[in-house]
Amino acid sequence: MAAQGQRALAMGHAGVAVVNSAELAFFNPAGLSHLEGQLNVSVGFTGVLSQTKWQNQETGQFSETDSGLGTPFHAYISYKINETFTAGLAVYTPYGSSVEWEKDWAGSHLVNDINLESIFVQPLISIRLSDEVSIGGGPIFVTGNVNFNRNADRSLTDLEGNRSNVTIDDSGVTNWGWSASMLITPGEKFKAGINYRSEIILSSENGDATFSNFTNSPLTPANTVMGFQAELPLPAELTIGASYEFNDKWLFAFDYNRIFWNVYESLDIDFEDPSVPNSINPRNYKSASTYRFGLQYKALENLTLRTGYYLDESPVRDGFFAPETPRNDANGFTGGISYQVNDKIAIDASFLYVRFEEVDTSYDPYTVNGQEAPFEGTYNSNAFLPGIGLTYNL
Amino acid sequence: MDPSVEDDRIYESGNTDFSNFVAVGNSLTAGFMDGALYRSGQMSAFPNIMAGQFEFVGGGEFNQPLMNDDLGGLLFNGQKIAQNRLVLAVDEQGNPAPAELAGNPTTEVTNTLSGSFNNVGVPGARSFELTLNGYGNAANLPTAANPYFVRFASSPDASVIEDAVAQNPSFFSLWIGNNDVLGYATNGGAGEDQTGNTDPSTYGPDDITDPNVFAQVYSGLVNSLNESASGGVLFNIPDVTSIPFFQVVPVQAVPLNEQTAAQLNAQFNLYNTQILGGLAQAGIISQNEVQQRQISFSEGDNFVTIRDENLTDLTTILQGPPFNLDPQTAQTLGQLRQANSSDLIPLTAASFIGTTVNDDPTLINGVTVPLGDQYVLTSEEQNKVQMATNAYNETIAGIAQQNELAFVDVNAILTQVNEGGIPYNGGTLTSEFVIGDSFSLDGIHLTPKGNALISNRAIEAINAQYGSTIPVVEIGDYKGITPSNNVAQ
Repeated sequence: MAAQGQRALAMGHAGVAVVNSAELAFFNPAGLSHLEGQLNVSVGFTGVLSQTKWQNQETGQFSETDSGLGTPFHAYISYKINETFTAGLAVYTPYGSSVEWEKDWAGSHLVNDINLESIFVQPLISIRLSDEVSIGGGPIFVTGNVNFNRNADRSLTDLEGNRSNVTIDDSGVTNWGWSASMLITPGEKFKAGINYRSEIILSSENGDATFSNFTNSPLTPANTVMGFQAELPLPAELTIGASYEFNDKWLFAFDYNRIFWNVYESLDIDFEDPSVPNSINPRNYKSASTYRFGLQYKALENLTLRTGYYLDESPVRDGFFAPETPRNDANGFTGGISYQVNDKIAIDASFLYVRFEEVDTSYDPYTVNGQEAPFEGTYNSNAFLPGIGLTYNL
Repeated sequence: MDPSVEDDRIYESGNTDFSNFVAVGNSLTAGFMDGALYRSGQMSAFPNIMAGQFEFVGGGEFNQPLMNDDLGGLLFNGQKIAQNRLVLAVDEQGNPAPAELAGNPTTEVTNTLSGSFNNVGVPGARSFELTLNGYGNAANLPTAANPYFVRFASSPDASVIEDAVAQNPSFFSLWIGNNDVLGYATNGGAGEDQTGNTDPSTYGPDDITDPNVFAQVYSGLVNSLNESASGGVLFNIPDVTSIPFFQVVPVQAVPLNEQTAAQLNAQFNLYNTQILGGLAQAGIISQNEVQQRQISFSEGDNFVTIRDENLTDLTTILQGPPFNLDPQTAQTLGQLRQANSSDLIPLTAASFIGTTVNDDPTLINGVTVPLGDQYVLTSEEQNKVQMATNAYNETIAGIAQQNELAFVDVNAILTQVNEGGIPYNGGTLTSEFVIGDSFSLDGIHLTPKGNALISNRAIEAINAQYGSTIPVVEIGDYKGITPSNNVAQ
């Protein structure tokens, strides 16, 4: 769930063609050169309170995730060098996932808990080519962490009945990517933007895989720590959008997002010890679109209200619904407020409520001795994301 | 979630009351598996699995007389009287085989448990033993009491059925009768078929219980449980010959090369022709018996030699003229025959066939020394088991119908497991030893997966009988065989 700027989030996370703060460093770096003032800063963070429930009515099994608290954050700064060039720096966390099911739940052979974090650090340049056209972009440095635990299979235990399980853990996995964008401003009221962020593949090569609660037998892996290799793709993303200012008070924004999830074909974990079978987990994602709508109303000189909605298509295909990323098509409802404390500082608050459509689905590719053993059930998820930030302008 | 398994009452209890479920029976009810009773096995006992599902329809807690550890094994006054559980160990050659888990058992029989237990399954109990007062009295060990019941009997004089009835069960399960034929079968028919003898106090431990005794005891048990119960489920007795215990060791268990086979044939040549021929001429044995007694080996896998008590005993005759054999040889040949494809060899013979007597390389068990009665279940003995089992099952089905109780045809279910298997999500349960996942390493008792299967079939029978809608469990979530190399050396 995206939460990369409090002002944009309040407007359905639409912002590729909205010029009002340094949040543009994420949404459309080309627009940074349109900001007023020499120095613009936006910082903020969001609390992610999410919950997923699963049940199988045939067996009566049910489980729910421990909501925990994810905290995506962002910090953007831009500095106007001259009328043409603006430099910037963005630090943000566009892909993160934290799901913790009840230990040894019915789907524990697929996941007990997972925590993925990635931090993007991006120096930026924005160039105002003409009154109507500006471009921007820059290289992205990514550093990521992963921690993933699941049981060895559906039933294996040690002699006391404790479930055999494997944890993979790695931190400081790095790679590079880039983004490029353009903003077109044919008139005072209408703006159009396009932003592209490249695919970045995180290859984990130095992490540890910890095997626990296996019995002492050559027929099962030993309780040990070994290396592993795995690749996690962070997909490319394209956003096209526009905004229109009806008058001094009202602004409407629309973004179309396409995330190229089709790169995520399989999560394969290659254990160092060749006698331990590799873990092959087909994902077979499809690219998916999100439609974002936002509305801004300047109620008072120092008070701005925002609201928005988005429709998010799930990249998960039926039959590939893995409980580590229990996401179905979702409706996001957003709102927010900005209060201008003085001519330099504003406080931005936002919230997002996401309601995922309840879905009866399954993960089919899990196999036992070559035979498929689908994991079926009904999933119901929702999330509430309150956020707060500061905007500074000099 | 709508409807929610967790919050909404979406399953129906039908016209019965599951609030106080009491399970009565033997090792199968207790959760005995891998040759022992141990904690994690007890957690996988079919009544415990059922009780978990009964919670969706108002079922209460299900207390079990849990063992002290996950080793199994029993101590009586500090002496080990029952072996630890079996695990699948891999030897240096890479061959997996069952072996006893290492460790000292900590469950002392005389440390009796207090409180009442919903699982009143007593490993080893025969039908009539459930009604025996003093069956839980340590003073009566080892013959007239059962160490497992000693642990949790409400008092030394209580009977199993009294302790069950005292709990006022609202629902019960009864699976009893297996041991009324099993001891006879697993000991190769060394015991007696007591059909016709209606006094069970005269029975030995490996005898077949008289079907009339069974019928009378069984109907008494059901009547007692029915006093308070609004419903119950009865299980019948599987054909014991379909279990891996009788399928692992082939009758052709003696691999020979050409040279050894020729040597052995030379040894038996005189016996096959002169001795048997002479005895037939003398009218002591029939031509048919002469054929049965022929001993012949060839290159490849050969039938083991056995001692068959249905043959005429020649031991004494062979010691007299004209044969004048020494007593040992006469004893060897006395009721000797080679096994045939209708005989069954119990799993216990696996580690015995091929061993030598007194380290004498010419005295090989199963070859030059016939296997004793306890290592072979002949077709005659199988028939006796079959007859008794059929009679018990007729009784069980009849009483289920009369009392309008749910009925589980375990015999049919395990026949299906044996003949092609029963599929579940992610596998198929078969009776193949170790890899079939249904039977534990003792070759007799079910694995957790096997218990889950029985539990599901019981739930289906209950739903059909009482109009309830109790959900079944996912068999794939339950364990099969446990591998471990932590075995006694």
